[in-house]
Amino acid sequence: MFDTALTLKDLIFLAKGAGITLAITAVAVLFGTLLGTIFGAFKAQASALAAAPLTFVLDVLRSVPLLIQLILANAFQSIAGFGWSPFTVACVMLSLYTSAYCAEIVRGGIEAVPAVTRRAARSLGMTWAQDMANVTLPMALRVALPGWIGLTLGVMKDTALVLWLGIIELLRSSQILVTRLQEPLFILMITGAIYFLISFPIARMGGRLEARWREND
Amino acid sequence: MIEIENVRKSFGPLEVLKGVSMRVEKGEVVTVIGGSGSGKSTLLTCINGLEPIQGGRITVDGTVVHDPKTDLNKLRQKIGIVFQQFNAFPHLTVLENVTLAPRKVLGMSREAADEIAVKQLSHVGLADKLMVYPSRLSGGQQQRMAIARALAMSPDYMLFDEVTSALDPQLVGEVLDTLRLLASEGMTMICVTHEMRFAREVSDRVAFFREGLIHEIGTPAQIFEAPEKPETAAFLKAAH
Repeated sequence: MFDTALTLKDLIFLAKGAGITLAITAVAVLFGTLLGTIFGAFKAQASALAAAPLTFVLDVLRSVPLLIQLILANAFQSIAGFGWSPFTVACVMLSLYTSAYCAEIVRGGIEAVPAVTRRAARSLGMTWAQDMANVTLPMALRVALPGWIGLTLGVMKDTALVLWLGIIELLRSSQILVTRLQEPLFILMITGAIYFLISFPIARMGGRLEARWREND
Repeated sequence: MIEIENVRKSFGPLEVLKGVSMRVEKGEVVTVIGGSGSGKSTLLTCINGLEPIQGGRITVDGTVVHDPKTDLNKLRQKIGIVFQQFNAFPHLTVLENVTLAPRKVLGMSREAADEIAVKQLSHVGLADKLMVYPSRLSGGQQQRMAIARALAMSPDYMLFDEVTSALDPQLVGEVLDTLRLLASEGMTMICVTHEMRFAREVSDRVAFFREGLIHEIGTPAQIFEAPEKPETAAFLKAAH
């Protein structure tokens, strides 16, 4: 078939890199979504003035290239003597970065919930928090899901940038193999396929949820 | 008893209520009629504290609604309200729509809440729609569900804000029948409505709103047959 020096051991090496990519993505999406939901709910509810400081921070996180954020954060944490591992720095910065995008997705979802529906919830005696948890956020979720799936896939690919902190994730693993085996096209094809295999189930899960919810609409 | 004393309410520079006073006794059915923009609907959302007021006072069973110390969430448990626009919780089944507040607000068990919900949904004629999502309901069924949802909290008062105005004409009857049923059972109700025949049949008193004030109030016989003010007569003539 093909002539390649790629061995099973190299494939396992790539799989380990993929494991790191998945781990960082999982942490960033989990904490980014939690934080982003809180930020988004706050922004949807508070006046523009009260939300201004938060909006500014989130704007910075969204507009400065992630690579710069990662390298600066890594440098500052070491100057400040936090002693964080590159993995921790990557998780913290990617979580914040994710939360900045997620906040806007959540805010848009909440604002799409008709005011009269929220009034109905409050008029039944529900507190603000009960309305949020039982009515507004579940309804907002339906609007926000496609955007959130897109964000998750984007973050998964953005994790490749953490290789600049010396973390050997999927892309860095493939580069190491390329350097050693001198088969760039073949190895990049395999690496691309692995990224696809990770993304595909996430995208499909989103499509399925949407289809299930649409049945009730 | 709901006591409305000299209530004033503005949206920005626009004053919608200009000193409204009215008293609704327990067991009474009061309908509010009047042209669009006369402040009728706004009054209802002030009664349960959804809207702040700029002057005057509203008390419900002695509790001052707009007193900052009033626990509005608690107060709202005894004042049900149904709006003109459909407002089902679309992600929940009809049964879940009705059980949500009893479970979350009153802390009822699922079984107890289900029992009340089934009772109320049967009452409004939706016993066969328990497991259906609201999107599968007609407008009239959605409004009846909203009524059952409010009734499930066992309110002492029910406020209806033009609940038939968004409905196709052939669906109006079923919702009005539900309101008639409630009135016949002795529920205290304030209904903002454009349905004059309904107002005439069910009301103990009818209030005619005009330009942010109660222009005339009285029994249906007084208002519909012998209105004192020319504006009331003119409105009723145009409405027929």
